[in-house]
Amino acid sequence: MSDMATTTDTRLMAGPPSFVQTRPLDPLPPPMKDSGAIGWVRQNLFSSPLNIALTLVCALLIAWVVPPIIKFMLIDAVWDGASRADCVVQPDRPQVGACWAFVIDRIGFFTYGFYPIDQRWRVDVFFALLAFGVGWMAWLDAPRRDLGVIYFFIVMPVLSVILLLGLPAIRLPSVSTEQWGGVLVTIVVATVGIVASLPLGILLALGRRSEMPAVRMFSIIFIEFVRGVPLITVLFMASVMLPLFVPDAWSPDKLLRALIGVALFSAAYMAEVVRAGLQAIPKGQYEAAMALGLGYWRMMILIVLPQALKITIPNIVNNTIGLFKDTTLVFIVGIFDFLKSIEVGRIDPNWATPVTSTTGYAFAAVFYFIFCYSMSRYARYVEFRVAAGDRR
Amino acid sequence: MSATETTAKPQVPLIYNPKVRGIAYQVLLCGLIAFLAWGAISNAIDNLSRAKVASGFDFWDTTAGFDISQTLIAYTNTSSYGRAFWVGLLNTLLVASLGIVFATILGFTIGIARLSKNWLVAHMAAGYVETIRNIPLLLQLLFWYNAVLKALPELRDSLVLWGGVFLNNRGLFLPHPVFKAGASAALIALVLGLVAAFAFRFWARQRQMRTGQPAPVLWVALFFVVLLPLAVFALSGFPVEFDYPQKGRFNIGGGMEILPEFVALLFGLVIYTAAFIAEVVRAGILAVAKGQTEAAYSLGLRSGPTLRLVVIPQAMRVILPPLTSQYLNLTKNSTLAVAVGYPDLVQIFAGTVLNQTGQAVEVIAVTMAVYLTISLITSGLMNLYNSRTALVER
Repeated sequence: MSDMATTTDTRLMAGPPSFVQTRPLDPLPPPMKDSGAIGWVRQNLFSSPLNIALTLVCALLIAWVVPPIIKFMLIDAVWDGASRADCVVQPDRPQVGACWAFVIDRIGFFTYGFYPIDQRWRVDVFFALLAFGVGWMAWLDAPRRDLGVIYFFIVMPVLSVILLLGLPAIRLPSVSTEQWGGVLVTIVVATVGIVASLPLGILLALGRRSEMPAVRMFSIIFIEFVRGVPLITVLFMASVMLPLFVPDAWSPDKLLRALIGVALFSAAYMAEVVRAGLQAIPKGQYEAAMALGLGYWRMMILIVLPQALKITIPNIVNNTIGLFKDTTLVFIVGIFDFLKSIEVGRIDPNWATPVTSTTGYAFAAVFYFIFCYSMSRYARYVEFRVAAGDRR
Repeated sequence: MSATETTAKPQVPLIYNPKVRGIAYQVLLCGLIAFLAWGAISNAIDNLSRAKVASGFDFWDTTAGFDISQTLIAYTNTSSYGRAFWVGLLNTLLVASLGIVFATILGFTIGIARLSKNWLVAHMAAGYVETIRNIPLLLQLLFWYNAVLKALPELRDSLVLWGGVFLNNRGLFLPHPVFKAGASAALIALVLGLVAAFAFRFWARQRQMRTGQPAPVLWVALFFVVLLPLAVFALSGFPVEFDYPQKGRFNIGGGMEILPEFVALLFGLVIYTAAFIAEVVRAGILAVAKGQTEAAYSLGLRSGPTLRLVVIPQAMRVILPPLTSQYLNLTKNSTLAVAVGYPDLVQIFAGTVLNQTGQAVEVIAVTMAVYLTISLITSGLMNLYNSRTALVER
């Protein structure tokens, strides 16, 4: 036994024999069918008979739906032209897709409505002011966001009203709201909705959580009433009943009536969003603020609301998306918004072709989609960022 | 002298007393509201009397004098405004209830598809949800109505579908079933079958509780509810006739007509709401902890019973409240019927009746009250359900 052991030992001493690996081998690549593109396809598309069937059905559906859309939107589309003649079927052009020439031709109308052409720069300035304000509010690390709030909720609205309505005293000819239209009105309605509804909504949310029974009752009744009825009825109420409720001389113009309806409606929804944020703030924060001797308003403005609003930003943005989509409803009470301008444009005899309606709607869909989708991406980004603060 | 001063309660001026302040604020608010309300009402009375508009609900029984394109109850243009109101309300309820059924089916399918392990299915579902949710419903309705349904062939070139169904830009024309005398036997069989199915389910539950023996409830129920009435129907010699639509030169006679307005509204509502329901369903299923599925598997349940007995009951608790609010949204969104001309409550009542009578206050108030009642009843039922199924915590 000991002999054997010694021989082994000496052999080991002499160094490993040539057939023993000194280094571990590199692992073999996984089998082809489980890795790479093939493995991915097998796992994600063809893992079971049911999945194979589903994949095939979906692929067929895509093949059935997508190519015609691309063909209509891009390949067969007409990009330039001056009238309907360019967008109708002709012997040399058996297939006519989307008539983008129509959209390009009427883009000014879709954007400004009947706003006087030589005054349209004012609308552009308004868009720029608004974009600046939105950028300031949306960029969470922007400098002086407190000034941004003042700008967005006070300075910008006042400037915009002067700019858009006109003030003859400073040589801005006045333009009545009857002449406003298109994207301008859509943006105005959405902006007024958000600018008015956020402060109102915060007040209503505070009212609903107030300890004063009369204030609480009023807030609850207002919020539940507005949330319980469709926006159209609120708009109908604003447009037919509001003029009855004020003296004749004060009777607000059509756009203002719709704006009041939209603002009240979105305030009720905003109030519930803010209330959810208020409820998420731990009681200790309220108590700490009171222990420091802060009164109600200073407690709310300095301690509670900043925290509550921070966590509600995603929901506020989601609410804004809903509001932006709902602005289309003002068209039903006769306001000339973007969708209405599309409706008017598509039946314009100069451009009426079988494809004009679809083109107009496709353009509108892209417009609304870009706005709403970017807002929802932003909401998701803020949600992630706010959650990142809590993850530490 | 000074000692008494320090021990006495600190005198707070009345203006800083929180209780007094609270009362003062509330009195102020009530006063403001009362003032605004009084102003509004007195102005309204003033304006109405100047415009010579009657007030009150006398118009309810007056002859309406207009036609309605879709009526579920008997209505002619000599019927009263009140009758028109009920026609509109029923039309609203019809489109809302059908919309809820289809949107639920489509929404659950898409919500579950979005969680599928199949990459293509999941991404198609996600694409559907993202696209549909970000385009206004009104735009979608106008698209379905003006760009799709109005672009269908004219009456004389109607598409003839299978089984005598006509499709053209005036609507979908279906054969109308006319039941004859013997049909009531099948109906009775159906009712009895339903009762029997429920009784069997009750018995099976009791037995399973006692002995642990499951019973094939689904198959027995299908037998009672489907096969039995069908057999009775066949035995009595298929007592039904179809009134086929006949195409004339200018119109289609007979059969059952489904308005394009109705189809557009239903399509739009279902497709739009389904995207939201899909998100609700997805969130609900994701909210059930993975440990629940694993625990069920380790108890020996297979994937079917796991889903049915463990995951779905827990997911439903999360899904139901937002699902109800989606149903309410669908009902409220059905008011967009105005845009495509479907005769719903708003179109008939807040539209035509308001224009004819000019009694804005009453008409709008009634319309709002209807939607408010629907909302309150639904949320009341929801709260009842919630309190019954809420987690009972220690």
